[in-house]
Amino acid sequence: MSVENTFKGNGETRSLLIENLEKEYVKGKPVLKGLSFEVSGEETVGIIGPSGTGKSTLLRCINRLIEPSKGSITVAGQEITSCSGKDLRLARRRIGMVFQEYNLVERLTVIENVLCGRLGYTPVWRAWLRKFDQADINRAFKLIDHVGLGEFATQRADSLSGGQRQRVGIARAMMQSPDVIMADEPTSSLDPKTSVEIMELLKKVSSTEHIPVLINIHDVNLAKRFCDRIIGMSKGKIIFDGNPSDLKDSHLSEIYGGEDWLS
Amino acid sequence: MTNTMTWERFTPGQRLARFAVYLGAVSLFVFSLSTVEIIPEFLYDAPYQLQDLFTRMWPIDFASYTQENIHEALIETLNIASLGTILALFLAVPVALLSANNITRSPILNWFGKFILVSSRTVNSLVWAILFVAIFGPGALAGTFAIGFRSIGFCGKLLAEALEEVDHGPIEALRAAGAPTVSILLKGYWPQVAPAFWGLALFRWDINVRESSVIGLVGAGGIGVALDTALNLFRWQQVALILLCIFTIVIIAEVAVTKIRQNII
Repeated sequence: MSVENTFKGNGETRSLLIENLEKEYVKGKPVLKGLSFEVSGEETVGIIGPSGTGKSTLLRCINRLIEPSKGSITVAGQEITSCSGKDLRLARRRIGMVFQEYNLVERLTVIENVLCGRLGYTPVWRAWLRKFDQADINRAFKLIDHVGLGEFATQRADSLSGGQRQRVGIARAMMQSPDVIMADEPTSSLDPKTSVEIMELLKKVSSTEHIPVLINIHDVNLAKRFCDRIIGMSKGKIIFDGNPSDLKDSHLSEIYGGEDWLS
Repeated sequence: MTNTMTWERFTPGQRLARFAVYLGAVSLFVFSLSTVEIIPEFLYDAPYQLQDLFTRMWPIDFASYTQENIHEALIETLNIASLGTILALFLAVPVALLSANNITRSPILNWFGKFILVSSRTVNSLVWAILFVAIFGPGALAGTFAIGFRSIGFCGKLLAEALEEVDHGPIEALRAAGAPTVSILLKGYWPQVAPAFWGLALFRWDINVRESSVIGLVGAGGIGVALDTALNLFRWQQVALILLCIFTIVIIAEVAVTKIRQNII
């Protein structure tokens, strides 16, 4: 317990720094072409851009579910790209991730899914015997309340609706006590009303946990409404990086191409 | 009015090919029949022999159930089947992990795992039983090992397939949370394959009840030993009882397994 908790102590390190990030799946055909940006504090950053432009690749490079080809990624002062083996695993604990398809373990209960966020901190035998740390269990219940699922804690994940599952996904990410949370299209499988609720929740997470939240999102209006900052990507490059209010139709036209859809 | 349109399901070439396949199948059957060397006298005699066998089996010798320890042999058969299945499951789990290509990311190790699974299945349980009788001597221990080793292939193959078919999403999520590999196996893979695992365990136990009643013929314990003895001594009424017992126990096992499977899935 002690090592990882002291790690978290200094609040100023809760930032994400990306420098010249490049990724090519096929040699000579880069998907990400030298991205650089920094996120810190309680910023909520919406990453917009057409499908296939590398938004998901970008997020997955940050926690190395996908190996970046070049560049450097620093999370809370720790260089991620040079980590390997156990160091990488320990580094991943500091990066929460929320998925489009929720990625819950369907046959486990809500509480156990949330506790899965603690697996990086829990010895294998404890995970096996379901003897989670009491502090973790208390926190899991608190987080389940926090995301509004108090009465569902002991229900199985496959009995929940899409919006409820995404709430569990968010609670699981928070359970890691991360330095940054990344959400990959968290609202794309949800109806408009639920999408708004999930975005509100992510925004709230950013301020209660005092961490930056990165959100890949298709819906430009949702992004403008809930994010403090928008990063617009096209063809593997950052086209726009700034306040939502500064995002004009000309930028959108440059990001997505064409103009007819804007009217 | 309408023009006359011709339509045929197959082209002449396809028809010819289909005819060739039929012709091939029939000639193969005729050829196989000629190699079997049926002796007509024995074939004509068969109905009489069958009738004779049944008259010698009747009435069934129910008294021998307790007198000749058939009850004990029956229980031993069930024990061999159950212990053999448990042994197989323990041995099959590591082999399944080795052969599932989404868990062990090394084609050579995958191949090695599959090699173990195939070897287990290609050797018949009677052959396994003969091998283990040679090692442990006759008795239930040899039978248990024979059943266990025979079942590794079946259990391991089905488990490996279940492991390869899991939803990758939750696995990715646990990896992203920094979970150690063993925890990912326990919390990501196991909940997803558990129904398949228990299903295949019950199914294999059902098969093993049948298999373990045969392996006694080569001395590997169970009711097969009693059957072998009764056959050698021409005690046909006792043979009838043993066959009835095997039949009953197999039916009971099958019904029980079906019921349990319905309730866990």
